[in-house]
Amino acid sequence: MRRLAFPCVLTLMFAGIAHAEPVPSAALIEEGRYLARAADCSACHSVEGKAAYTGGVPFDLPIGRLYSPNITPDPQHGIGRYTEQQFARAVREGVRADGASLYPAMPYPSYARMSDHEMQALYAWFHYSVTPSSEVPPASTMRWPLSMRWPMTVWRWMFAPKPMQARQMSERSFDDPDVARGAYLVEGPGHCGACHTPRAITLQEKALTARDGPAYLAGGDAVDGWIPPSLRQENRTGLGRWGEDDIVSFLRSGRAQTGSAFGGMTNAILHGTQYLTDHDLHAIARYLRTLPPARQPDLKWIYDARTAVALRKGDVSARGARLYVDNCAACHRTDGRGYPPVFPPLAGNPVVMSEKPDSLIKLLHTGATLPAMQTAPSAFTMPSFAKRLSEREIADVVSFVRDVWGNGAVDAGKMVPKE
Amino acid sequence: MDILRADAVVVGSGWAGSILSKELREAGLSVIMLERGPDRSTAVEGAYPDSIDELRGAIRHRLYQDLSQTTVTIRNRMDQRALPYRSLGAFLPGEGVGGAGLHWSGVHFRVAPDDLALRSNVIARYGRKFVPEGMHLQDYGVTYEELEPFFDKAEKVFGTSGEPYRINGKIVGKGNVFSPSRSDAFPLPALKDVYTAYLFRGAAERVGYHPYSLPAANASGPYTNPYGAQMGPCNFCGYCSGYDCYMYSKASPNVNIQPALRQDAGFRLISRAHVLRVDLDSAKKHARGVTYLDLDTQREVKVEAALVILGAFQFHNVHLMLLSGIGRPYDAAKNEGVVGRNFVYQTITTSHAWMPQDRFTNQFIGTGGGGVAIDDFNSMNFDHGPHGFIGGSPVWVNQAGVKPIAASSFGGGKDAPRWGKGFKRAFADTYRHAFAIDAHGSNMAYRDAYLDLDPTWKDAYGQPLLRMTYDWHDNDIRMNRYVVSRIEPIMKELGATKYELGMLQPGQSFDTRVYKTTHLGGGAVMGDDPTTSALNRYLQSWDVPNVFVIGSNAFPQGMGYNPTGMVAALAYWAAHQIRTTYLKAPGPLVPS
Repeated sequence: MRRLAFPCVLTLMFAGIAHAEPVPSAALIEEGRYLARAADCSACHSVEGKAAYTGGVPFDLPIGRLYSPNITPDPQHGIGRYTEQQFARAVREGVRADGASLYPAMPYPSYARMSDHEMQALYAWFHYSVTPSSEVPPASTMRWPLSMRWPMTVWRWMFAPKPMQARQMSERSFDDPDVARGAYLVEGPGHCGACHTPRAITLQEKALTARDGPAYLAGGDAVDGWIPPSLRQENRTGLGRWGEDDIVSFLRSGRAQTGSAFGGMTNAILHGTQYLTDHDLHAIARYLRTLPPARQPDLKWIYDARTAVALRKGDVSARGARLYVDNCAACHRTDGRGYPPVFPPLAGNPVVMSEKPDSLIKLLHTGATLPAMQTAPSAFTMPSFAKRLSEREIADVVSFVRDVWGNGAVDAGKMVPKE
Repeated sequence: MDILRADAVVVGSGWAGSILSKELREAGLSVIMLERGPDRSTAVEGAYPDSIDELRGAIRHRLYQDLSQTTVTIRNRMDQRALPYRSLGAFLPGEGVGGAGLHWSGVHFRVAPDDLALRSNVIARYGRKFVPEGMHLQDYGVTYEELEPFFDKAEKVFGTSGEPYRINGKIVGKGNVFSPSRSDAFPLPALKDVYTAYLFRGAAERVGYHPYSLPAANASGPYTNPYGAQMGPCNFCGYCSGYDCYMYSKASPNVNIQPALRQDAGFRLISRAHVLRVDLDSAKKHARGVTYLDLDTQREVKVEAALVILGAFQFHNVHLMLLSGIGRPYDAAKNEGVVGRNFVYQTITTSHAWMPQDRFTNQFIGTGGGGVAIDDFNSMNFDHGPHGFIGGSPVWVNQAGVKPIAASSFGGGKDAPRWGKGFKRAFADTYRHAFAIDAHGSNMAYRDAYLDLDPTWKDAYGQPLLRMTYDWHDNDIRMNRYVVSRIEPIMKELGATKYELGMLQPGQSFDTRVYKTTHLGGGAVMGDDPTTSALNRYLQSWDVPNVFVIGSNAFPQGMGYNPTGMVAALAYWAAHQIRTTYLKAPGPLVPS
């Protein structure tokens, strides 16, 4: 399907003669630093408490546990010996300097779209500005046969585009240059689809760009137990009711009138999107708002005031209502509207209405902290309710919030909890 | 010894220290802030529901000072031997990041302008002889007009809820008719009246008083302050005083200022750093920095800095000045010296009303700073001539949420049984149908009420404890009794089935065992005269001009209002002067 090893040999030859490059300009390094944030390298290659880019972030995949590598310019333990060409090949094509294939947890099929110039900038940043570290991340524990790298090479041949192809595949004309920029950021460095697009049984994203069909960003499979929602225009379960400013505020600060970040998105914002320029954030929002609903009919969410009236009257007869009033209503209010952007609304919130209740159930177990961001220095914590509520109670209260205020996503009530 | 360096070192992480740190960072100075207690943030230790455990919280003093390490000694009279304050009672200093600013309740007043020049005003109105022998009545040396922009700034940082009366001279709302004109409205509207506040408002109005909504730093809606820090709205859960507010509604240094500081690379917070002294040059005219004990390593560390800010709790500031030799210690026998002079407090007594069985007061509901007050008997708002005392009290219903353990220790009130069926009946009746009205009043300064170093007792670090010599005085007892007597018409108007008026008794001594208020003041007061004040009107030490001492230690006498609003305004006032004048030419801002 894809061409064979010939380009590899070429690349290695170039690698052999590349040396004594001039130190890049400060402007190029700065460009690389911005790109590293747009590509959110840090979210997967940095752990709290250790130096940046020293790896060690665990990925629990169906095929085992993978730890991200150290990508600081340390020659022994990082990527200090990579030439720019080798670096570009790893980032865009998933091939290590030693020729082995990367696991597709590295979103190189998306990064494939980045230009040679951008590779140069990114390399300049990593090579000349990141502090080298000899930190060694824990060894990955992938199960056989995928503990071997060669199946990854087959995977790569089958599913990953080459940079040229990637650019061709995504090439299309946009009336609005901002939307074009947004498409590039989302489909390319931002690699939003890595989580938000469903994957096939062979683990490749079902669509790498909006052109590949309605699966693109239609909501992904669980990552660490969190279910990435659809970023398309579904009214109830997507971004159909999020305005451009809501999306911008969310990506800049983790909080918006329409919802707050939790789960895997927190780090994506903390390490990445909060640093993007206003222009780029608006471009992303405008592009996302062009993606039509993946499914028809697209039912509309309409607020239903009956529950708020009942709760205000002290009627907690509905299943889970009493638990909601006692544990949740202080912040999210009896009308479900919360006090955004401090405490997010549950009424009409797409993550509450998503097909599966897993994210909410996990959130009640683990709690979540929305960390301080550059433009929103306040950190907020939703506590864990694991000590306070039984599995039955968690099921009841999750079913309640998914059912009322017009949310009507009822199914968690049918869950049989494990006590 | 380890040595750290910064442009400024700030002692204490409460309101005073946090405001000064933020202001000095904005001026471009590198800042090290030292806090004796542990680090605390609302998103961690303050998270619901663990943070609202009453036993661990208010009862077992989760956020208060650990007296086993250092405390104060207390005596009522100069001829007594002082004993250490070994268990928290009358007042509750904080410990840990946020200080007492984390566990306060949120009442956020400005100042009664007359109180700033109380000596001049009393003498102008009643003559010099009106001031009793032994009373150190003094002016602050600053006017309300000078402080107004800083009250305004503090309210915007705190996200204060309230109802204005006058803005730029024009009457705009139903706020406190006695309050001075403001340059702007409160950032948030007043909190809603709880039922008892509503009852009090109506009754007070009908008897001819002027009720108003207490200004509260408990957010009545979601709010983002000028530093970008966010607050959630108060849900009236009642866990304010003694707690860290899991709703992010009660203003605290932790919620309102430190989120911005913590992101700032030029700011460094060091917790578990117990400051031992300010290091002075041999002439005691210039501070080189401070020395602290790292409580984890038990090693001394020096912080060298060109500017030293003391922003610890009121009496810790005075203690550090005495330990370091900043300014002349007060000598009560000779009535000379200034550091330790004019140690003041407040007079607070609580009265209770019991309503009929069909009126439910729901005392579990509450908000720390909310409620309804009258100022008819505060400050110079009434004629003191016939009464012959100086000072006054606001009177209020400030239903701050009565928690279960606190409610059971009050039971059914003064004369109710303390055990058995009778106790249970009276307890239930009181919890459901009663409520409290406070007279929260001023306390004047006296020659024989002061702070000095204890000659006997030392703390865990080998340093002498601070000694309080303090008792109630006749002027303040009479003031309290008069103001409380003016509550009686309200009690009658309320239709209470029973009421108890709580007032100080003539000749009564100060009792450290029973909680009153943590509103201690004075000891290093501001003023225009270096022989009666330790600090000039910019809170700068007269003697060591690169030391500024920020806090209620600067109050020459205890006022009727809660002190935090005034402390915050003075902090911004001093910071403004440091930024605009001092940093350009370090030295005394007022010639002495």
